[in-house]
Amino acid sequence: MTAFFELSNVTKNFGGVQAVSSMSFSIAKGELTGLMGPNGAGKTTIFNLISGVYDPDEGSILFKGEDLVPLKTYQVTSRGIARTFQNLRLFQRSTVLENVMTSAQYHIHYTFAEGMTHLGRWRRKEKEIHEKSMDLLSRVGLADRAEQAAGTLPYGHQRRLEIARALALDPELLLLDEPAAGMNAEEVGSLNVLIRDIHRDFNLTTLVIEHHMDLVMEICPHIICMNFGAKIAEGTPDEIQNHPEVLRAYLGEEEVE
Amino acid sequence: MSGYTEGIIILLCINAIAAMGVSLLTGFTGIFSLGHAAYMALGAYTTAILTIQHGVHWFPAILCGGIVAVVVAYLIGVPTLRLLGDYYAIASIGLGEAIRLILENWQSVTRGARGYPGIDPYTTLPVAAGIFIVLAIGMFNLINSRFGRACKACRDDYIASSLLGFNTARIRVVSLMISAFYCGVAGALLGGFLSFIQPVMFDMLKSTELTAVVVFGGLGSMSGALLGTAVITLVTELFRPISQYRMLIYGAVLVIVMVIRPEGIMGNRELLSWIKAPFRRKA
Repeated sequence: MTAFFELSNVTKNFGGVQAVSSMSFSIAKGELTGLMGPNGAGKTTIFNLISGVYDPDEGSILFKGEDLVPLKTYQVTSRGIARTFQNLRLFQRSTVLENVMTSAQYHIHYTFAEGMTHLGRWRRKEKEIHEKSMDLLSRVGLADRAEQAAGTLPYGHQRRLEIARALALDPELLLLDEPAAGMNAEEVGSLNVLIRDIHRDFNLTTLVIEHHMDLVMEICPHIICMNFGAKIAEGTPDEIQNHPEVLRAYLGEEEVE
Repeated sequence: MSGYTEGIIILLCINAIAAMGVSLLTGFTGIFSLGHAAYMALGAYTTAILTIQHGVHWFPAILCGGIVAVVVAYLIGVPTLRLLGDYYAIASIGLGEAIRLILENWQSVTRGARGYPGIDPYTTLPVAAGIFIVLAIGMFNLINSRFGRACKACRDDYIASSLLGFNTARIRVVSLMISAFYCGVAGALLGGFLSFIQPVMFDMLKSTELTAVVVFGGLGSMSGALLGTAVITLVTELFRPISQYRMLIYGAVLVIVMVIRPEGIMGNRELLSWIKAPFRRKA
């Protein structure tokens, strides 16, 4: 049986630097998986490979049995994969609402001519797009900020907005790239709850990148830990916590005199 | 209304149509063009040739003018807009010059550099205003639709937008094609207004003026493009009596606005959003 999502022997070099070296893991449908590792371990590169921003030098990335490698980025989206970005990529000048509407329109169609004349399905479908976006904004707690320019939101809220925007694509697989980066402890706490809730309520399979061990430990039953582009451990939070390789990656090598 | 006032209004309509086209491409899709006068030239010459040599009625001829511009835009857009960066801007300079040189040298069809006289004066005030209104409604509707949001998304962040499922290259090409259609129609109307066209009317200066007007009005604001057109067209007309200084004033206005308000008159907002804003109900 093929896994829901599977990375096998994926390698990516940038010049002489091996960012990811024969990385393999698989995720079952409905799982909430954490991908952790110190800074520079190659976590974001993995996301860029999955979403088609880069093509791997070797290996294959299978989603529901289909190889994603030959697909362009926008085609990856059409297969039901959405992601957020570590260095926020919101449409800064647009409003919070417009940001979500831009992706909510993905599954709500009307023709170009209807858009140009505002006849036909335009009104009904625009209303649908609007409602769907507002629903998602209230889901992430930003409904009262809908008309504000996205770039003026506090950092933590921008991260939530990115999540709302990704959810508007109705993905099956959601990739969250360091959703807690730059947040304070309180914000991280409520983010944990949010990630867990949307994972359950939207029927998602979720892969979260984090370098904060505690966040991943708290919400992810399945954890993959990597360092220097390679997988060093995989398992439940308990297994990871006591794994010697993980401790070495995070705490450094014990010096032997 | 005096013939002169009528002439200015017609000219305003024509310039506004072209400016809307450039605004969609530059302001909303984020692609700079330095050759949009070429699309105006294509529209003008196609319409002139069709009406005079083939006896086609001016209305379908204007549409054909727009369509020829669209076809050329497609041919140049597909290879250059797949690349990110300013490749199209560079290519558009080449396009602008190439079209002008073809028009100057293809004597048998375009009558060369001396120009093409005797075009029916079909661009009356009702025609110009009517076409302007229809195209303006279309354009304002368009930017408030799925396509408008797609353009802005591609302009602001191409990686994010391609991961939101937008085929960014395709959106850029379509945006260019619509833009070329507007300019083609504007060119066709200009021919009917002046009854005479000449390749030199569609030179690099005209292209830069089109882009300057849009930057002046505010990138990402369609009403800004219209306002910019109005200001620039009126400045050049009002100061016609002091003809030798009017380009000086035109230049000064551009410089002053760009220094005081680098984002253009309107920034990226629309006129209506200011009027409506206080009354907008909380969503």
